[in-house]
Amino acid sequence: MTASPRALLEVRDLRVSLSVPGGTVRAVDGVDLTVMPGETHAILGESGCGKSMTALSILRLLPAAGRVVDGSVRLDGTDLLRLPEDAMRAVRGRRVAMIFQEPQSSLNPVLTVGDQIAEGVRRHQGLSRRAALRRAVELLEAVGIPDPSRRASEYPHQLSGGMKQRVMIATALAGEPDLLIADEPTTALDVTIQAQVLELLDQLRRERGMAVLLITHDLGVVAESAQRVAVMYAGQVVEEGVTADLFARPLHPYTRKLFAALPAVGKRGGALEVIPGTVPSLTAHVPGCRFAPRCDQAWALCRAAAPGWHPLGRGQGVRCHLYAEGRDRARSLPPGPAVVPASMAVPRDVTPTPLLRVRGLQVHFPIRRGLLQRVVGQVRAVDGVDLDLAAGRTLALVGESGCGKTTVGHAVLQLLRPTAGSVRFDGEELTRLSGPRLRQRRRELQIVFQDPYASMNPRMLVGDIVEEGMLAQGTLPDRTARRSRVADLLAQVGLDPGATDRYPHEFSGGQRQRVAIARALAVEPRLVVCDEPTSALDVSVQAQILNLLRNLQDHLGLAYLFITHNLAVVEYLAHEVAVMYLGRIVERGPVGAVLRGPAHPYTRALLSAVPVPDPAGGRAVIHLEGELPSPSQPPRGCHFHPRCPEARDLCRESYPETVGVGTGHRVACHLHPPS
Amino acid sequence: MIAYLARRLLYALPILVGVNVLTFFLFFVVNSPDDMARLHLGVKRVTPDAIEKWKVERGYDRPLFWNAPRPGLAALTDTIFFQKSVRLFTFDFGRSDEGREISRDIAERMGPSLAIAVPALLVGLLVNVTLAMTLAFFRGTYLDAWGVVFAVVLMSVSSLFYIIGGQYLVGKLLRLVPISGYEGGLDAVKFIVLPVLVSLAAGVGSGTRWYRTLFLEELGRDYVRTARAKGLAERAVLFKHVLRNALIPILTGVVVVLPLLFLGSLITEAFFGIPGLGSYTIDAIHQQDFAVVRAMVFLGSVLYILGLLLTDISYTLVDPRVRLE
Repeated sequence: MTASPRALLEVRDLRVSLSVPGGTVRAVDGVDLTVMPGETHAILGESGCGKSMTALSILRLLPAAGRVVDGSVRLDGTDLLRLPEDAMRAVRGRRVAMIFQEPQSSLNPVLTVGDQIAEGVRRHQGLSRRAALRRAVELLEAVGIPDPSRRASEYPHQLSGGMKQRVMIATALAGEPDLLIADEPTTALDVTIQAQVLELLDQLRRERGMAVLLITHDLGVVAESAQRVAVMYAGQVVEEGVTADLFARPLHPYTRKLFAALPAVGKRGGALEVIPGTVPSLTAHVPGCRFAPRCDQAWALCRAAAPGWHPLGRGQGVRCHLYAEGRDRARSLPPGPAVVPASMAVPRDVTPTPLLRVRGLQVHFPIRRGLLQRVVGQVRAVDGVDLDLAAGRTLALVGESGCGKTTVGHAVLQLLRPTAGSVRFDGEELTRLSGPRLRQRRRELQIVFQDPYASMNPRMLVGDIVEEGMLAQGTLPDRTARRSRVADLLAQVGLDPGATDRYPHEFSGGQRQRVAIARALAVEPRLVVCDEPTSALDVSVQAQILNLLRNLQDHLGLAYLFITHNLAVVEYLAHEVAVMYLGRIVERGPVGAVLRGPAHPYTRALLSAVPVPDPAGGRAVIHLEGELPSPSQPPRGCHFHPRCPEARDLCRESYPETVGVGTGHRVACHLHPPS
Repeated sequence: MIAYLARRLLYALPILVGVNVLTFFLFFVVNSPDDMARLHLGVKRVTPDAIEKWKVERGYDRPLFWNAPRPGLAALTDTIFFQKSVRLFTFDFGRSDEGREISRDIAERMGPSLAIAVPALLVGLLVNVTLAMTLAFFRGTYLDAWGVVFAVVLMSVSSLFYIIGGQYLVGKLLRLVPISGYEGGLDAVKFIVLPVLVSLAAGVGSGTRWYRTLFLEELGRDYVRTARAKGLAERAVLFKHVLRNALIPILTGVVVVLPLLFLGSLITEAFFGIPGLGSYTIDAIHQQDFAVVRAMVFLGSVLYILGLLLTDISYTLVDPRVRLE
């Protein structure tokens, strides 16, 4: 990495330490980065790798516990780390702006959107209050917010997540910066909205010649939007290069593992590659390579000496002993990005009798208003859903947030009583059950929630959490037997039996999700509702949990109702898929048929919006206009018509019938009229 | 919003009825009018005739709930419960056991109470917010650390110490202002200063410490980072962003006590000889004047309910996210 005279941003040997109880963490340990004007440069890494700390150090916005220990951050040759604070304030927002992951919490809830944008305009362009507000409206228009003058006078909570992120971008544009740092800008958004925001960022970059430093954990996002990418692991950049080159030929063993851990269609039936072990604690000095303990190609040198940076031409470089000068590179290069050979286990395509049969399921929430709290309307969260799920199979329920998929899961389990419709489990109607009979049935119906941090009582020991269901169901009256079953369950989900006597906060996210799975399995269920079980987890940890779920299904014959927005996970794990839009299923069928031959325009748009980790893919994104309408006032006719690129007059008038378009493949769309 | 307020007022009714019935039981059933008369007349003068006369003078000779001999509605209205308790709902407090008009007493004494309580509240709020902002601005420094220690020391000392200490220091040693008493008009100022300073001293420790926590909590939020990323100065971040958000809990905490200011402070008024409603209540308790105590208990609960309602309304004013429905 030679210093280039025309680099916009040059970070050299950046070291950041974070004080934590019991020591200091070297969160960033010698990071070098070069960002050229007008390019999108991505920093890719999993949580805790130091990518956000690197970004925050550039703007000197580290949290109170963080401190830059060494290094330089040169913007057009000026070292930002040596600037006095008020000179630095003139850089923030003006030369370098930043947007964050959570647009909800990153905007001030009590100030109007217009004020928050105008604030930056006034600070950096010295405009009057009124002129700044006018400029704010222009900026809102530039980031594609409809009706910008009305929106400018609204508060953040009145906007949807995607719009809030657009507002954040408008805020960042206020000072017309040369560099925009985007820290996981789309992680909190749905795929269709993510596609809109990424497109917007790219358009602004091209129009304004602004460079973007994109921080992300998503390989797909990198492939879609970045020209160059640096992969970070444990506080260091382990590999860097032009995106196309790096994706075509990842060199560092860690990068290769990341690719292998991605769930994708080619890997169906086989296990996903996992990275054994965990990221080393960065409190102590690591003499060798930080990845060595988890690397399957490590040898003695890797543990003894830290690898240096090895430039490999075309701007690509890697921090790994495998690529040291004089080593036989051919020998050390394993075959290209590994696709784990699909073992194509059991093609379970026989249609078994359904374990779960849902017909016409409706869940409406009344809207009450006025003095007497009269019901003035209904939020039709779920509005007529049919599902079938057989033992040992996985049905994925996909859709954007707010489409009602979680409500379906809760209604199936009778955690929420459906307004209408039937839920038959093993031939018995659950909606009519109550009291002890329902409690008994609950044993066979379990759930794993999305957030492993919030779904467990923090004051209970893991052993008690796992045991509680058995106690409630009275399945094992004997305490010793129960305790040994808890140990078995923990072993089954890959946890140490010592976990019993520890509290949930002592575990990482992935481990907690394992505890949550053990808790669900404790009462020997037949159906498990998995509500986004991996969306809070890193890619490599997600792979471990998906492998575990698949393994448990093979051994225990569990049926999964898998609620997710991640289509890659669907491809990997599910047998059937149902696509939900605004409370209704618009398309369902076998995974292969639906994902490769989507019949509904919404499914097509959803699929096209998923970023693919292949820079050469050249896919055409079908951009959906606008966002999910409110389920209290669904559009007349087909719910999807206001956003549908193929809407016709008929679509505005009547809701389409559901018709079969293939074996088990059904779709509700006027493009497929009943014959 | 109107519908919400109307509903809330309706909810307040059963609470007031409950308070009313409960106080009635305490004052007339647990402690019968005969007991009251004996207490008032003193041991020497207690004769059945004297008791009866005392009760007749004050209207306590009626039956509690049901006056059987009276015809029609009067059987219900000509009772102690109706005359003494139900009438409170129309803010008709009747006469004290001393024979004075309670409503007039309240009207007279409200002024001095407010003259102490309002400045005490406003000065306290201003000082606490300012000190807390200063500590938050210098967070993590020695100033902050010692400020918190000092605040804890201040809040650990009994408020009685501040009253007596203040009277001794300001009134006796420095002879700046009188140590107790009250006069109307402009002269009131010299009687108000000391009680206000004392209540400030008594509240500044806990107030500053609590507000500092609120400010620090807001300072840790993501939108503060955004504001800094815009290049705003720390001053602008504190005043425009942090203060606006931290004021939400501060203001609503203040609004809930606003109506209660009318009732004055029991201890401050008693110690400083302020003829307000606080000392009125204390005196009534001393003199076993149950008519006054009953009136003040009822008035207190009405004002408290009003305070809660005002809090809800103030939320909608300071926090755009809150809408009453």
